[in-house]
Amino acid sequence: MAEIKTLADLKRKQEEVKTQIDLRDKAENPGSQVQVKVAMATCGIASGAKNVMDFFVRELPKRGIGAVVTQTGCMGYCFAEPTVEITIPGKDPIVFGYVDPRKADEIIEFYIKQGELVDGIIPQNYNTINQD
Amino acid sequence: MSQYKIHMLVCAGTGCQSSQSGLIYEMLQDELERKGLRDDVQVIKTGCFGFCEKGPIVKILPDNTFYTQVKPEDVREIVDEHIIKGRSVHRLLYLDPETEEHVLDSKHMGFYKKQLRIALRNCGTIDPENIDESIARDAYQALGMALTELSPQETIDIIKRSGLRGRGGAGFPTGIKWEIASKNDAGQKYVVCNADEGDPGAFMDRSILEGDPHSILEAMAICGYCIGATKGLIYIRAEYPLAIKRLKIAINQAREYGLLGEHILGTDFSFDINLRYGAGAFVCGEETSLIHSMEGKRGEPTNKPPFPAQKGYLGKPTNVNNVETFANIPVILLKGAEWFSSIGTEKSKGTKVFALAGKINNVGLIEVPMGITLREIIYEIGGGIKGGKKFKAVQTGGPSGGCLTEKHLDTPIDYESLTAAGSMMGSGGMIVLDEDDCMVSVAKFYLDFIVEESCGKCAPCRIGNKRLYETLERICDGKGTEEDLEKLYNLSNVIKDTSLCGLGQTSPNPVLSTLNNFYDEYKEHVFDKKCRSGKCKNLLYYVIDDENCVGCMACVRSCPVNAITGAKKQTHYIHQDKCIKCGACMQKCQFDAISLKSDYRVSVES
Repeated sequence: MAEIKTLADLKRKQEEVKTQIDLRDKAENPGSQVQVKVAMATCGIASGAKNVMDFFVRELPKRGIGAVVTQTGCMGYCFAEPTVEITIPGKDPIVFGYVDPRKADEIIEFYIKQGELVDGIIPQNYNTINQD
Repeated sequence: MSQYKIHMLVCAGTGCQSSQSGLIYEMLQDELERKGLRDDVQVIKTGCFGFCEKGPIVKILPDNTFYTQVKPEDVREIVDEHIIKGRSVHRLLYLDPETEEHVLDSKHMGFYKKQLRIALRNCGTIDPENIDESIARDAYQALGMALTELSPQETIDIIKRSGLRGRGGAGFPTGIKWEIASKNDAGQKYVVCNADEGDPGAFMDRSILEGDPHSILEAMAICGYCIGATKGLIYIRAEYPLAIKRLKIAINQAREYGLLGEHILGTDFSFDINLRYGAGAFVCGEETSLIHSMEGKRGEPTNKPPFPAQKGYLGKPTNVNNVETFANIPVILLKGAEWFSSIGTEKSKGTKVFALAGKINNVGLIEVPMGITLREIIYEIGGGIKGGKKFKAVQTGGPSGGCLTEKHLDTPIDYESLTAAGSMMGSGGMIVLDEDDCMVSVAKFYLDFIVEESCGKCAPCRIGNKRLYETLERICDGKGTEEDLEKLYNLSNVIKDTSLCGLGQTSPNPVLSTLNNFYDEYKEHVFDKKCRSGKCKNLLYYVIDDENCVGCMACVRSCPVNAITGAKKQTHYIHQDKCIKCGACMQKCQFDAISLKSDYRVSVES
C-alpha cells in the first residue's frame, strides 16, 4: 500500500476508491438517478441481455452519467427481448425493445443525455396492482 | 478493475454474527463462485444495520431489498431467485406489523423513516475492515482539512459553535472540554476514547466501533491536534472482542497509509493510538476511574477537581470523550457547525443513538434527531409494544437513569427534558416496559446491578445501596412496612448527596423515579401484599377453586410442608401462612382446581 503523504494524496485516493462504493451511495437516493432496468429472464438472457447490461454498467460511468443499473425479471415482452426500461428522474419509465449494445449506445446518447426519444419504444399496455 | 453490478451487504455486527451471519457470508461467496457470478456481485461484511430484532440482515443493492432473519439454507434461493432471475424472495422480506404486507425496500420501513444517521452514517454501508471504503466515504478528510486549513483554536471554535455535547450521558459541551485541555500547558497530553460501555442493554458504542472504526480514529486525531496531544488511547472493555479486532485492523491500516504516526499528511502533526483493555467494571466508565484503570491501578474514582483536563493519565492533561461524541466530530467539520446546530432542540443539538430493548417490536439500534418524542420512537420506529400489550414505562439512562411514563410520551427528548422528568439521557439505553412488568422489581434489578458494580470506596454507595436493595427485596417479598417506604426516600437522597462519584450520586435514581411515578404500586406491595403484574413470586397465592376441586387428596399428599388440609371427597384448603409457594400442588392437580392469584389476600381481608 502506498503511503498517503499529503491531503492531495488523500483526495486522489478517495477518487480512486470512490467507484468501489459508488453503487451504495446511489442506492441511498435512487429517485435522483437515471434508472436502467434490464430484463434478465431466460428469454432476455437468451437474446443477449447480459451483454447489454454489461454495456450499460461499463459505459454509463465512463460517459459521466450517474445511473443505477439493475436487473429485473421478465417484463412480458418476450418477442422484443432484450428489453430495457429507462427511468429518467421526474419522467415516466419508458421501455425499449430489441436492445443490443449498438441500440444501447443510441439510448445513452440520445434519450438519457438529451431526452430525445429513439426508435424501439414499447408502449406500456398493462397496469400493476402495486403502482404507486 | 471489474465493475460489480450488485452489492450484497451482510451484517457482521455482534448480534447478527451470533446468529450465523458469518456462515451466510461464506456461503454466499461459495454459491456465487459456483454460479460464475463472482465478477458481477460483491459480497460485503458491514457493521450493524440497527435492525437487530430481525437479524441476520442481508441487504441487496442497488434495489435496496432488505432481507431479514436470513438462514444459511436460504442462501441458494437468494442467489437463484434474486441474483439470477431478478425476483425478490418474498418470504424473507420484512413484514410490516401494521399492514401485514411485505416491505420491498428499506426506504419504506417505518424503522428507518424517522431516523437521521450521523454517528451511524457508515454503519451497515461500508466494510469496516477495509480502509478504502471508509476513505471513499470521506474518512480522514476532516482531519486533512483541520491540519492544513485550520488552527487548533479555529477547529475548537467550530465544535463549540456546533453545540455538540458529550454523548456519554452528562452532556458537557465538547468544545469547551477541548478548550480547557488545550489551555493547560504540559510536555505530553493525552486523548482518551471512553469505550467502556456498561449499561445493561446498551450497545451504541460497540456498534459504532464495529461498523465504522475509522471515524473514531480520525476524530481522536483531530482532538489531538486541537489540544496538542500526540498520543491517543482507547479504553475498551475486553468483552467486546469483535470491536477490538476491528479497531486493531483499522489502526494498522491507518498506520500503513500514514494517516496515523509521524508527520500526518506531510504536516508537523504526529499522532498515534493504542488500545487499553478494561475488565468490565461499570465504575470504570467514570473518567477518573477509567484513568486509574489505564494506569494499572485499581479502578476507583477520585474527587474532582483536579479534572482530567488538568491532571489525568500519568498526571498529564487528558481529554476523555465518549465513542459517539467522537463519531460526530468529522461530520461537523466537513458539513459545518451551522448544519449540525440546525438539527435538534435549543440546548441539545444533533442526534442521539439509542439502543431499543425490552418489550418492543423492533429491538435494535436507532439514531434520531434530538427533540423527537418518545411516542415517535416507541410506536413509529420501534413498531409498538410486543404482543399488543399496554405501554407502562421506558427506562432510560441505564442504572443511573429513571423511568418515564405515559405522561412523558409526548415530551421532546433532550438532555434537559429528560432530567426534568426524573431520568437522564445517559449513554442511550432505552428499555421499554409493558403492563406485565413490576416497577418495584425493575428498581430492584437496577439496584442489584449497582450493588455488584459499586467499587466500595465510599460508604454511602457501598453500604447505602446494599441497604436500599435489602429494603426493596423485603417489599417484593411482602414483608415491607410503611417505614420502609419512607426509608427508601431518605436513604436515596442521602446516597445522592454524599457519594463520591457519578455512579453513587445517580445510583438511587431508579428507586426515586419509580417511587415518584409508581407510588401506587409500592403501596400495593406494602399494604395489600399484592403485585399487580404477578412478577413478585412471594406476593402470589396458590388458591384452590372450590368448584373444580373433587377432593382427591393428590395435592394434600404432595405438599412438602403440610399446608393443605381437607378430607377425601371434600374441597381442600391451602393455608397461606404455611405455604412456601413451591408449586408442587398445582403440578399434581388433574382438575385445574389450583391457580395463582395476585389479589387473594385483598379479597379475603375485605
